[in-house]
Amino acid sequence: MSTPTDFLLAVEALTVSFDGFKAVDDLSFYVDPGEIRVIIGPNGAGKTTALDLICGKTRATSGSIKFRGKELTEMKEHQIVHAGVGRKFQNPTIYEDLSVFENLEVSFPRGRSVFGALAFKRDAEVRERIAEIAEMIFLENHLDERAEYLSHGQKQWLEIGMLLIQDPELLMLDEPVAGMSVSERIKTAELLHRIIEGRSVIVIEHDMKFVEDIAHKVTVLHQGKVISEGPMAHVQADPKVVEVYLGH
Amino acid sequence: MTAFLNSPKKTELIGFVLLAAVILLVLPGITDAFRLNMVGKYLTYAFVAVGLVLCWGSAGILSLGQGIFFGLGGYCMAMFLKLEASTPEATSIQSTPGIPDFMDWNQITALPAFWEPFHSFAFTILAVVAVPAILAFVIGFAMFTRRVGGVYFAIITQAIAAILTILIIGQQGYTGGVNGITDLRTLNGWDIRTDSAKTILYFVNAALLLGVIGLSMAVRSSKLGRILVALRDKEDRVRFSGYDVAAFKIFVFCFAAAISGIGGAMFTLQVGFMSPTFVGIVPSIEMVIFCAVGGRHSLIGAVYGTLLVNFGKTTFSESFPELWLFAMGGLFIAVVMAFPNGLAGLYKSHAEPLLERFFAKAGERRVGSAEAPAPIAE
Repeated sequence: MSTPTDFLLAVEALTVSFDGFKAVDDLSFYVDPGEIRVIIGPNGAGKTTALDLICGKTRATSGSIKFRGKELTEMKEHQIVHAGVGRKFQNPTIYEDLSVFENLEVSFPRGRSVFGALAFKRDAEVRERIAEIAEMIFLENHLDERAEYLSHGQKQWLEIGMLLIQDPELLMLDEPVAGMSVSERIKTAELLHRIIEGRSVIVIEHDMKFVEDIAHKVTVLHQGKVISEGPMAHVQADPKVVEVYLGH
Repeated sequence: MTAFLNSPKKTELIGFVLLAAVILLVLPGITDAFRLNMVGKYLTYAFVAVGLVLCWGSAGILSLGQGIFFGLGGYCMAMFLKLEASTPEATSIQSTPGIPDFMDWNQITALPAFWEPFHSFAFTILAVVAVPAILAFVIGFAMFTRRVGGVYFAIITQAIAAILTILIIGQQGYTGGVNGITDLRTLNGWDIRTDSAKTILYFVNAALLLGVIGLSMAVRSSKLGRILVALRDKEDRVRFSGYDVAAFKIFVFCFAAAISGIGGAMFTLQVGFMSPTFVGIVPSIEMVIFCAVGGRHSLIGAVYGTLLVNFGKTTFSESFPELWLFAMGGLFIAVVMAFPNGLAGLYKSHAEPLLERFFAKAGERRVGSAEAPAPIAE
C-alpha cells in the first residue's frame, strides 16, 4: 500500500458541478513519476474538465488534487505552473503576433514577475535553450517566422515546445495529434517519447493507434467517472469500455 | 541601407529622431509664440496617447477614462501653483487671506488638510506621477484580479471619469468647482505667463515627451513588452505559462496613468489653469481618438495623431464650430473602418515600400547590385 506522496499526482474524490450537472463526479486516479497516462472516453466524459481542474482553470466543487504532496485546488493558476504542472490546450494556443523565437522566449521560466520581465536579458543561456527546444519540436528553421504563418501541426508542436522550455514535471496534453497528418503524428509520437524522460505526461487522445503507441496506462472516463483503468490491452478487453466507447 | 530600414528597431529609432526634429526644431521654427503655446498644449495630450499605445495597443486594455489621470496630474500642479499665487498679501481683500480665492468665496476659512502638502514643490512633482498611478493601481487591482476586461473595463473607466468630474464640480470649495483652478501665476517665483516662459515650458514639455517615449520604447522592447502582446492575444496561455496576468495589466495601466499625469501637469503649466472639462468622458474619448488616428501600435504615430486631430479641431471649429463634433465622430468611424492601424499603419503599408524602392534604386546605382530583401509585413 503506497502513501499519496509516492505518486506524482494524486486526484481523489474530485467533483465539479456546473449548476447541478456533475461534469466530473467523484474522480480518483494516481499518476506515477515518469508515467505516460492516456485519458480516453466519449465526448462529454469530462476529460478536458479533469485537466482544467488540475491546472486551476476550473475550480473543484469538492475533492483534492495533490501534486508531490501539495494541494493544487487552493493555488492560483500561475502558482500551479511554478509548482511544475504544464498544460497544452486542445486548440493550438500560441501568440500569433510574435515570432516562434519570441513565443518560446515568453515561455522561458525566468523573469516571471513584472520587474523580472523588465530586467530580463536575452542572454546566451536563453538563446541556447530556445535553439535546443526548437530543434526538438522540428522548428529550428522557423525561429524568425511569425507564429501565425505556421501550419496547424507546427503550431501544436510550438505549444508543446513552449511547455517543454519550462521543464514541467507533469505535462498535460489535450489531443496533441488532432488534425495532424499521418507523418506529423509519427513525429509527434516520437517527440512525446523523447520528452518523457524525467517527467510524467497526461494525454487526452481519441486516436487509438496513437494511444496504443504511447500509453503506459489508460484511464477511461464516462460521465465524469472512471469506468476502467490499466494497460491498453486490459482496457480494450473491458466489456464496459467496449460498450460506451470503443464499440461505437 | 535597405537592411537598415528593414530592421523594426532601426525604423523606430529613425522615427524617433524625426519626431524630435519636428517638435524641437520645425514647429518652433515656423510658429509664433501664441501658436507654439497651442502646439505645446496639444503635445500634453500626446502623453496620454503614448500611454494608450502601451495600454490599449500593446496589451489590448482599452481605457475610456484616461482623462482621469491627465486631470489628476493637472490638478496636483494647479494646487501647487494656486497656493503660490495665494499669498496673504495677494489675497488681503479676502475674509480669510492666504487661502485660494475660490475657497474664500465658498465660506471656507482654513486650508483643507489635503491641500497642505502642495506647498512643497518636491511633493507636487511626486504627486503628479504618484496620485494617478495610485488611483490606477486601485482601479486595476479591483478590476484585473477579478478578470474584468474588454468592454466592461472600458465602461467602468468611463463611469469613474464621470464620477470624478461630478465630485470635482460638486466640491466647489475644495476644488474650484466647474471653473477649475484658475489665475495661476508663478512657479517658484518664475512668472509662467510671459511669452519667454511659455517658450521655455514648450521645450521642457517636448523634452519630457521624448523622454517618456524613449522609456515606453524600452518597456515595449523588453520581455514585458512581448508578454503584453502575448496576453492581448492569448491571455490564458500567458496565465498557464506561469505569469500573474493581473500584475502585468496593473503595471501597464499604472504606467500609462503616471505618464498621463505628467501630461496633465505640463498642461496646467502651459495653459495656466485646470478645470473639470479635461477630466470627464468627452476628453477621455477624444484622447482615444488621437491615439487611434495616429495608430495604436505606434508610439510615434500617436504623437502625430494627436497633433493632426488637434490642428484639425482648431481650424475646423474656428470656421464651423457646430460641425466639429460630427467631423470628429466621422473621423473615428473612418479610422476604425478603413485604416484600423491609423497613420502609422498607412505609413507602413504605403510609404515604407516606396522608401525601400527608392533606397534600393539608389543602392543599385551606387553598388551596381539589386540586392534588396523583401519588406517585413506588419
